[in-house]
Amino acid sequence: MFDGQPAVKGLDLEILPHERLAIIGPARSGKTTFLRSLNRLNDLLPGFTHTGRILRNGKDIYAAGVDVAELRRKLGMVFATPVPLPWSIYDNLAYGLRLAGIRDRAILDARMESALGYAFLWKEVKDRLREPANVLSGGQQQRLCIARVLMLEPEVLILDEPCSGLDPISTAKIEDALVALKEKHSIVLVTNNTKQAARASDRTAFFLLGQLVEVGPTAQLFTRPAQKSTNEYLMGQFG
Amino acid sequence: MKRDGVIRALLLGVALSAIFGLALITVFIFREGVPIILHVGVRKFFLSTDWDPSLGRFGILSMVVGSLMVTVGAAAIGVVFSLALAIVLTQFSPPGLSAALKPVIELLAGIPSVVYGFVGVVTLVPLIRHWLGGPGLSVLAASIVLGVMILPTITSIAIDALEAVPRSYLEGSIALGATRWQTVTMVLLRAARSGLIAAVILGMGRAIGETMAVIMVAGNALDVPHSLLAPVRTLTSNIALEMGYASGDHRKALFATGVTLFAIITLLNTAALAVSRRRVGKRRAP
Amino acid sequence: MKPMVRQRLAVGFMWMLTGITFAVLLFILAFILVHGLPHITWAFLTQSPASMGRQGGIFPMIVGTVLVSGLAVLLAAPIGVGTAVYLSEYTREGRLTSAIRFGSDCLAGVPSIIFGLFGFVFFAITLGMGLSVLSGALTLALMVLPTIIRTSEEAIRRVPNSYREVSLGLGGTRWQTVFYVVLRSALPGISTGIVLSLGRSISETAAVMLTAGSGMRLPRSLFDSSRTLALHFYLLSREGISMPNAYATASVLIIAILALNFLAYALMRKFAVKASR
Repeated sequence: MFDGQPAVKGLDLEILPHERLAIIGPARSGKTTFLRSLNRLNDLLPGFTHTGRILRNGKDIYAAGVDVAELRRKLGMVFATPVPLPWSIYDNLAYGLRLAGIRDRAILDARMESALGYAFLWKEVKDRLREPANVLSGGQQQRLCIARVLMLEPEVLILDEPCSGLDPISTAKIEDALVALKEKHSIVLVTNNTKQAARASDRTAFFLLGQLVEVGPTAQLFTRPAQKSTNEYLMGQFG
Repeated sequence: MKRDGVIRALLLGVALSAIFGLALITVFIFREGVPIILHVGVRKFFLSTDWDPSLGRFGILSMVVGSLMVTVGAAAIGVVFSLALAIVLTQFSPPGLSAALKPVIELLAGIPSVVYGFVGVVTLVPLIRHWLGGPGLSVLAASIVLGVMILPTITSIAIDALEAVPRSYLEGSIALGATRWQTVTMVLLRAARSGLIAAVILGMGRAIGETMAVIMVAGNALDVPHSLLAPVRTLTSNIALEMGYASGDHRKALFATGVTLFAIITLLNTAALAVSRRRVGKRRAP
Repeated sequence: MKPMVRQRLAVGFMWMLTGITFAVLLFILAFILVHGLPHITWAFLTQSPASMGRQGGIFPMIVGTVLVSGLAVLLAAPIGVGTAVYLSEYTREGRLTSAIRFGSDCLAGVPSIIFGLFGFVFFAITLGMGLSVLSGALTLALMVLPTIIRTSEEAIRRVPNSYREVSLGLGGTRWQTVFYVVLRSALPGISTGIVLSLGRSISETAAVMLTAGSGMRLPRSLFDSSRTLALHFYLLSREGISMPNAYATASVLIIAILALNFLAYALMRKFAVKASR
């Protein structure tokens, strides 16, 4: 809720381990709000309140005494617009671990190779780690952002429309990376592009005007949606 | 996370001490100055031209008039040049040149006021004395020197005001066939009017607070100046000249002069703020 | 009169005024430097004055200026930047923060002579520090504080919010985000403000006159009175003591200010390059 206006209401959604969950829906359906509640980034916005609980491993993340920093490290978030920090590629990647107090070069380098590998970026930047991150192309920057959160070895990856504004090749690379990543992580992917959801997820949830309308295995949701509004959205009758 | 709380508390302490220091000054000046105004009598203090500390007479009118004359004079000169500069740099000069010239204007702001005063005394004052008569140390000299000193202030705010006018206004005018100059006079200046007025007011605020340069070129005579060529003493000069040897009531009276200055400048700042908030295109009732 | 003709006349007139402005600036600088540079010798810079400044050098004044201005900025910078950080990063926008900002802006406009008044009665007399480097430095620190707060806050605000979200999203605390991301990005802008404040405090005469005194000897402690370059110049010229020395003193002052302005400009350029991304 923001200043008394509910953005998301009556939500009961489970995120299963090692799945790719896509969240689709038209604009202003509460998808981003939902996402930002998972890692408590909404705490930053004035006027934000909530009711109900979000459970992680059985415990409410909004309970008192919860280590928010640890929560955020375990729920790696990638934003819609790639945001490389104005430093070198190396420093961008190392930042998360340095924040947590890990400065050992051996650890940093090892994780960096692994993270960049999973983000399908290793070959492209392995000799350029000291260059500023902003010389990379948009698609590369976004993969850098993915690698950046992977450095922290999160449990869940949350991506908010990560491919908006990227060309199809970069988009395909990211979607491929997500396939490989689901071995180790759960993935929640918000997308405005229903076709992307169809391609790149195992389950899909449909949000409309702040409510979860329906959730189910992707193939099933797309071919035989249970709710009328889901069907209408998928048919492009509104959006 | 606990460390974050400690740092937050530390920064709060720092912010509070800064604010405390600044509030202290205000309170102090008023506490020292206001009682004597009441003691002498508000009307006598502000409206009498009789300033004679040795006799306990503290009327600051001649200095108020002096400050105002000099400030208005400075504003008049400053406006003409600043406006020309601002218009030229934003509208009629190639971008490379304006980028190079802007920091040079800032340089004008960096020259110490004593240097301005000195150059004024050595070059301007004799010129005035030779060509226009009078002692040379005059309202005119002070106005010119101050005008030059407040140029950078007015110019930079004016440039901001002009650049804030949406391009669509200007492009619309040119599309209708107006020349650039016509666009400037009929569209740009009108649209930026409140910002430009604010610039001038803030320049005046700076001028009225100037001390050293004025002391050097204004003559510092205690009478209300009867012409532009007459010497003048401003509120600031008065404080600077007499503080060194003032004591007791005299010193308090100088604080009271400070209070007056403070009030005038706060008024000017508030006026500038109010003017710059006014929306463009507000029409006055005929 | 045809519009184009009118435009040519108007623009020509304005360029003339612009030219006059720059000519005046050049004249002032040249006037001082031409008369003063020949008299700046190594001896001048390293010796103490003799017979009221008629002879000798300006070394104590240089030291005095460095002490008073340097100390002032050293005090004001951390407090000013800290306040700016607190106001922009640790509080919500509200009436309190607007009031603080308004107060700070008002004080930025207060004339230096009033600061001098305050410093004289409060630091020199009430706190008993006398006319000293310390009184002068404290007074100047208060004088430049609002400027540092304002320029620091502007620089901090220019850092994109997305940077903060990324840092927090990676598990950073508020302070870590401020220190590693915000301040690092805002640093050029903040430094520019500090350098400009340094320049302003070096030029300052009225406030210093009333608080740091006009002693001509080398200050040996913070409690000694000391004369700054600007004040020395003023006294030399007003009393007509030694014109060549006056010019030379002013030249030293102007060169220092030119150097500082140049530094501030270079820092601002570095800042603009980063921000234009």
